[in-house]
Amino acid sequence: MAEKKSLFNEFSKGLIAENPVLRLVLGTCPTLAVSTSMVNAIGMGLSASIVLVCSNIAISMLRRVIPSKVRIPAYIVVIASFVTIVQMLVKAFVPALDSALGVFLPLIVVNCIILGRAEAFAGKNSVAASAADGLGMGAGFTAALLCMATVREFLGNGTLFSGADSLLSLFGITSFTGIEIFSRLPEFLKIEPILIFILAPGGFFMFGILMALANKIAEGKGKPGAELHGCESCPMSGSCSLIKDGEADGIGARRSGAAATADMTGGGAQ
Amino acid sequence: MTKYYFSILLTAVLTNNFVLSKFLGICPFLGVSKKLKTATGMSLAVIFVMAMSTAVTYPINKYLLEPKGLAYLQTIVFILVIAALVQLVETVLKKYVPSLYSALGIYLPLITTNCAVLGVVLLNVQSASSEASFRFLASMFNSVGGGVGFMLAMIMFAGVRSRMESCDIPKSLRGLPITLIAASIVSVSFLGFGGIVENIFG
Repeated sequence: MAEKKSLFNEFSKGLIAENPVLRLVLGTCPTLAVSTSMVNAIGMGLSASIVLVCSNIAISMLRRVIPSKVRIPAYIVVIASFVTIVQMLVKAFVPALDSALGVFLPLIVVNCIILGRAEAFAGKNSVAASAADGLGMGAGFTAALLCMATVREFLGNGTLFSGADSLLSLFGITSFTGIEIFSRLPEFLKIEPILIFILAPGGFFMFGILMALANKIAEGKGKPGAELHGCESCPMSGSCSLIKDGEADGIGARRSGAAATADMTGGGAQ
Repeated sequence: MTKYYFSILLTAVLTNNFVLSKFLGICPFLGVSKKLKTATGMSLAVIFVMAMSTAVTYPINKYLLEPKGLAYLQTIVFILVIAALVQLVETVLKKYVPSLYSALGIYLPLITTNCAVLGVVLLNVQSASSEASFRFLASMFNSVGGGVGFMLAMIMFAGVRSRMESCDIPKSLRGLPITLIAASIVSVSFLGFGGIVENIFG
């Protein structure tokens, strides 16, 4: 029973408390790039989750075999293999999604969430716990993507689930192609979609707003707001001298008091 | 022909800016853009690695992967080649060109897992297979342009951020949220370059 409960904890922490996008600030590139439509967000979230779960399981199984000195290249090979498999499957079964995600599908390889979880969790924990962790992180990533994509697609394109037939055709459903909202409004309410929300600036803007909301909620619970831990949780942080010198951002925020002051004086001396 | 390469370069720097319109390399863009010095060092290292990895992966793809029908291995081969290359360059620089190493070396390990580098290599290969004229030299121009665009965005953004230091920002927006919103405004300014390359060379 205790075992089951802890597995559930590993799963559920990824959803909110340690949401990879909004709390750990990992995987920002795909988050900004593919959240232009809900279908892309779901497709990207699912692909990344599959890679995350599979690579977490494989790495956890191999954790006693891989020498710690070459673990990062070994992890990258495992992850890249799963990404190639997923990429081929998507190309074969959902070609529309493949062209929509474009280069971001193979770029799952360098998605910090996956390498970060391999380094921080799967390399140290049992197979079942790693699988649960991968599932939770994947779900958290998908949820955050979907939050952003819902607002961006609604405001920027005036639709919801537009192009859903490309995903649903997997299950033989082709009749549902999304919900048109703005074009169905009565004449006196007619408004044009705000195109900029599906362009690049809208992505940065929505991500900022969403992050501020997440910080507000975290504050209410007495937790610190999200800072860019991207550098610290980055698997390369061990060898990165930016971190040692405290030149990368978000470092002082995590270290408390004295260390942060030491950072500042160190920075001033340079 | 010069026109063709120049238009590729300008498109990569301005209209299709890697950071601000393609969302590649956001981590270093947000992570090391606080100081001008680190922003410049990081961008120079990115330009260097992008150009080198394109120079290495293009022939691998053209003469090894494609003739043997192994194009599906691109992702896995390219990431390994880039990782090995970065490691090699770091070692060589450390031994033989210590001055360059002290300027760029610290950024090199970070760049292995930078999506801008793998991204530019994959995009070059894709363009090469869809456009007959997009060959080695065009790939190189695209990579260097991408790197220069990254540098432009980083340096501009370092300036914007230094102005933000002394501002009174609402509590929930402090830190990352306001940085992202500032990035959004910088990105709007790059929207203005839309169509400029076609108009100059068209």
